[in-house]
Amino acid sequence: MMNDRKERIALLRKRAENKILILDGAMGTMIQKHTLSEADYRGDRFADWKQDVKGNNDLLSLTQPDIIKDIHLQYIAAGADLNGTNTFSATTIAQADYGMEELAYEINFESAKIARAACDEWEAKHPGDVRFVNGAIGPTNRTASISPDVNNPGFRAVSFDQLREAYKQAVNGLLDGGADTLLVETIFDTLNAKAALFAIDEVLEERGEDVPVMISGTITDASGRTLSGQTTEAFYNSVRHAKPFSIGLNCALGAEQLRPYVLELSRIAECRVSVYPNAGLPNEFGEYDQTDAEMAELVKEWADSGMINLLGGCCGTTPPHIKAIADAVHDSKPRELPKIETKMRLSGLEPFDAA
Amino acid sequence: MSDISRFINIGERTNVAGSIKFKKLIIDEDYDAALEVARQQVENGAQIIDINMDDAMLDAETAMVKFINLLAAEPDIARVPIMVDSSKWNVIEAGLKCLQGKGIVNSISLKEGEEPFIKQAKMLRRYGAAVVVMAFDEKGQADTVDRKIEICERSYRVLVDQVGFPPEDIIFDPNIFAVATGIEEHDNYAVDFIEACKLIKERLPYAKISGGVSNVSFSFRGNNPVREAMHSVFLYYATQAGMDMGIVNAGQLVVYEQIPEELRERVEDVILNRRSDATDRLLEVADKYKGTGGPEKKADLEWRKKPVNERLAHALINGIAEFVEEDTEEARQQADKPLHVIEGPLMDGMNIVGDLFGAGKMFLPQVVKSARVMKKSVAYLIPFIEAEKDGVRETNGKILLATVKGDVHDIGKNIVGVVLQCNNFEVLDLGVMVPTQKIIETAKAENVDMIGLSGLITPSLEEMTYVAAEMQREGLNIPLLIGGATTSKVHTAVKIAPNYNNAVVYVIDASRAVGVASNLVSETRREQFTADLRAEYVAMADKHANQQLQKKRFAIEDARANKVQLDWDAYDVPVPTKTGLTVFEDFDLEELVSRFDWKPFFETWELHGRFPDILKDEKVGETARNLYADAQEMLKRIVDEKWFKPRAVVGIWPANSVGDDIEVTPAPDHNEPVMVRTLRQQMFRENNKRPNRALADYIAPKESGKTDYIGGFVVTAGPQVEAIASKLEAEHDDYNAILVKALGDRFAEAFAERMHEHVRKELWGYASDETLANEDLISEKYRGIRPAPGYPACPEHTEKRTLWQLLDAVKNVGVELTESCAMTPASSVSGFYFAHPEAKYFGLGKIERDQVESYAERKGMTLAEAERWLAPNLNYDPRQA
Repeated sequence: MMNDRKERIALLRKRAENKILILDGAMGTMIQKHTLSEADYRGDRFADWKQDVKGNNDLLSLTQPDIIKDIHLQYIAAGADLNGTNTFSATTIAQADYGMEELAYEINFESAKIARAACDEWEAKHPGDVRFVNGAIGPTNRTASISPDVNNPGFRAVSFDQLREAYKQAVNGLLDGGADTLLVETIFDTLNAKAALFAIDEVLEERGEDVPVMISGTITDASGRTLSGQTTEAFYNSVRHAKPFSIGLNCALGAEQLRPYVLELSRIAECRVSVYPNAGLPNEFGEYDQTDAEMAELVKEWADSGMINLLGGCCGTTPPHIKAIADAVHDSKPRELPKIETKMRLSGLEPFDAA
Repeated sequence: MSDISRFINIGERTNVAGSIKFKKLIIDEDYDAALEVARQQVENGAQIIDINMDDAMLDAETAMVKFINLLAAEPDIARVPIMVDSSKWNVIEAGLKCLQGKGIVNSISLKEGEEPFIKQAKMLRRYGAAVVVMAFDEKGQADTVDRKIEICERSYRVLVDQVGFPPEDIIFDPNIFAVATGIEEHDNYAVDFIEACKLIKERLPYAKISGGVSNVSFSFRGNNPVREAMHSVFLYYATQAGMDMGIVNAGQLVVYEQIPEELRERVEDVILNRRSDATDRLLEVADKYKGTGGPEKKADLEWRKKPVNERLAHALINGIAEFVEEDTEEARQQADKPLHVIEGPLMDGMNIVGDLFGAGKMFLPQVVKSARVMKKSVAYLIPFIEAEKDGVRETNGKILLATVKGDVHDIGKNIVGVVLQCNNFEVLDLGVMVPTQKIIETAKAENVDMIGLSGLITPSLEEMTYVAAEMQREGLNIPLLIGGATTSKVHTAVKIAPNYNNAVVYVIDASRAVGVASNLVSETRREQFTADLRAEYVAMADKHANQQLQKKRFAIEDARANKVQLDWDAYDVPVPTKTGLTVFEDFDLEELVSRFDWKPFFETWELHGRFPDILKDEKVGETARNLYADAQEMLKRIVDEKWFKPRAVVGIWPANSVGDDIEVTPAPDHNEPVMVRTLRQQMFRENNKRPNRALADYIAPKESGKTDYIGGFVVTAGPQVEAIASKLEAEHDDYNAILVKALGDRFAEAFAERMHEHVRKELWGYASDETLANEDLISEKYRGIRPAPGYPACPEHTEKRTLWQLLDAVKNVGVELTESCAMTPASSVSGFYFAHPEAKYFGLGKIERDQVESYAERKGMTLAEAERWLAPNLNYDPRQA
């Protein structure tokens, strides 16, 4: 059993040279299948909680750890190298909706431990097949560069420093619980992500560690921009300083719609490129109905075109989707890291390169 | 092949230090209009916008955050990267925390050594920003190519090797300095920069180069065609050498190929330092190109053919005094009575002037010139009117004007007087240092319609409050107008208005005076105007009172515990070359002219804008040019005919701080030390993040065991300024009287700047290798400060008495202090010198009673006395003890 984070990280980097790494699929979609009740969410510990907590999926790491671990094991079996912790909303800021700010660290810590246990269990049964815990860091439900009040465009519901503090706590929880990598994901406001990256850099310096950081933004619609208005390249320029392990896109769109932006990233990024799309666009009932085979076919083409280093699934994807993808790209070569001209790359909402 | 096409253009208009207009918008919190400034820059092709909020009047951090947040909501502006520009680290960080994009920070340097440099660079890497690095180190700013490359290389190595900063995110600013200054050592500055560009590109891979281009042509200010040619030539070569970007006004760049060949060749000689007489040769032809903006104006005398009334109107509107006496005589002969000339054609003409001024189509200097014509004409008529003794002239109303007791400043008041006269008000000007009793007696005896009080120094605020209270006691029932540089609407509403039951009106500048006075004398509008005003002031006073309640202060012990922490053990005290007093007599006027800061000169005339850009301003450019030409003409006479005899006394003495005081040893054999008392900021500091400053913090404390030094100075343009002004006033030439005073002030300020440099480089000598262009001097980019008692860092005026004692200033330079501690002659500047590199200007802000009590005790004053001198700084109401 590989118990040392440093060793695992070295192994991960090595693996990334030879194969397209597989990320897991949706956690929320899998939880939904259990049709849990308010009481299930609360468990014994929060039976008397002052407000409803149904829908607080991250809480299940404390109240229903077995369900979460089982989902991880299904994705591991499907072929996921990197397994995202159940922590999408586990910051003081996002947990405030449920009055559970105090639990933020604990949720991160326990979630990482559950994922860790699932990976270790797999490795014990399949010696040498090391799987990794991917510490998931969500965007929170507030935006640092957009005002929620149309009449007061200068107003901000959350500040950089508030985000930074919240993220620091989350990152420490994830690392203490055994995460191998960190994933800043579903970024719709780049300033939130910059606060997260700032926090990560601080924490890693404090801990004297070097942990791969993955960054994944969200293009919200056909305009090709993030919710906060940046183009793909402007977004990359904004976060490039964090020297990420990978940069990529997830959520909001299906693979088909994401293709031009993935291509763009593969053209400009010095680091690895990751994508984990939704299972198509939602139908009129809000359900994702792209099949595993359809999705695998779409992303296989990316792999064949040499555009991609990491693949997985977001909303609507399940273990069969991940298995289909893993099988489809099993023998594909990962994108070679290109030699990109060194130049100053600035950005506002649009990129500005100074040769 | 020039690389000018790839040159990156940084927009500079959203910078409060560079744009008066933008500064005013931010101070007024007119953010919509401020955003428009940003939008226009982007529309006009700025690829990056520089945002700077560093100004004493602003909380730069708050303004930076607010502006960037608002800007983020404007996609057509926010599309470009932002350059967060500040000399304050907290402002830079606050700005970065609002940027979702990747911006540039302007700037950091090795000025304070490697440790803070590394710390800041690490943070910038973490925030994800590119950075401008100034070629500045512990020894100062780099001037030669060797120093430039030495500092840039060292900075680069520290950033890349120690910090891991991406080399492509480093932008060097290797300092562009003025050439053709007449000083031989400056001749190679442009070449030094260009050569440095080449070396940086060779040796420091991926680094970029930027700079402030307009510095290079500074010695040709006033001659824009030559300046533009210099910029163009400079950029032509600098971009080829590798300069990548710069803060430039792209609209004001002449195309290199279109520079006339002769001019281009001579400019190139200067920029490239190709021959030793290059400057002289450029000067030879410079004037020829000066007017290339338009054909030279010839006096057009067509108007002389018109009827006399129209000629008078023309003379008034255009401020032409040349023919006014003959025209007045002609009009007098045609009129039934001489008074009718005033009430007829003269008033008709002045009404047009008043209308044009009110509509913003004429500017103050023009109006004052019109008034000069008017006065000349009236003076001509007076003997005829008196001979007839035919009664009283009808005017709009009678206004008493006075500068209050203890204050000698009157330029603003005189301008207000002139403007009111232009609008047919009768003005009774009692002059300066007018005691309250005289104001009230005259007002009663002359039956005036209103009183206008003026003052510039802070004790005058208290004096005005007293005048208002006395007017109430004496039962006066006429409006009171308040004006002058330190007065404000808030002060008027909170401190003055409650003392007087009639209308009290704050008048921001001369252009508002007429409107206010007209409303106050109007039968129909007066009541409404006064009622509205009172309601506004009461609301303002209430709001102010509420705000005050929320302003937390430290107890003085806590503030003292949070003093500026300086490492005195590590501090190498610069030992002055010469201690004791040095007196300068009859200083060279011409040298001072070259150091003028023209901006405040134009502000005196209510023309706001950056110099020399203001001369090209679309709206006021012509007025500014004419005013500037008149000023130049007078300056030439001042210099040639030695009108003024500037004098200065400068002293440097051993000193140590003792608590909040500074113990000064005036002379070696002097066993009685002189105590300079300083005051400490008491504003509440969250987690002591920023210190509570006192000037004493910048002098080594006694317990450090090191002997430190403090300096002091008084400079004056001389008593001649006021003598000449009085003479001109007697000749009814208000325009030139105001002009000579405004220039006297410029001489005094320039002299103070010159002396400070002399102290830094010679007498104290801690910055002997300093090389700064005048623009940098004006923006105070040097080490050390010269705070003056009465200004924000040490607002208590009586410290001037201590300074006077140390300098023996009455004897040495003939400058005296009034009872309010105003300096007379008024064209004088004084202050203390502090040399510590950390010393900076700050504002004391409001202080609490505990400190005032301590201060009164140390000064040997009663508490009431201290409270009176410190009235504008009290955080409490001494009446509610």
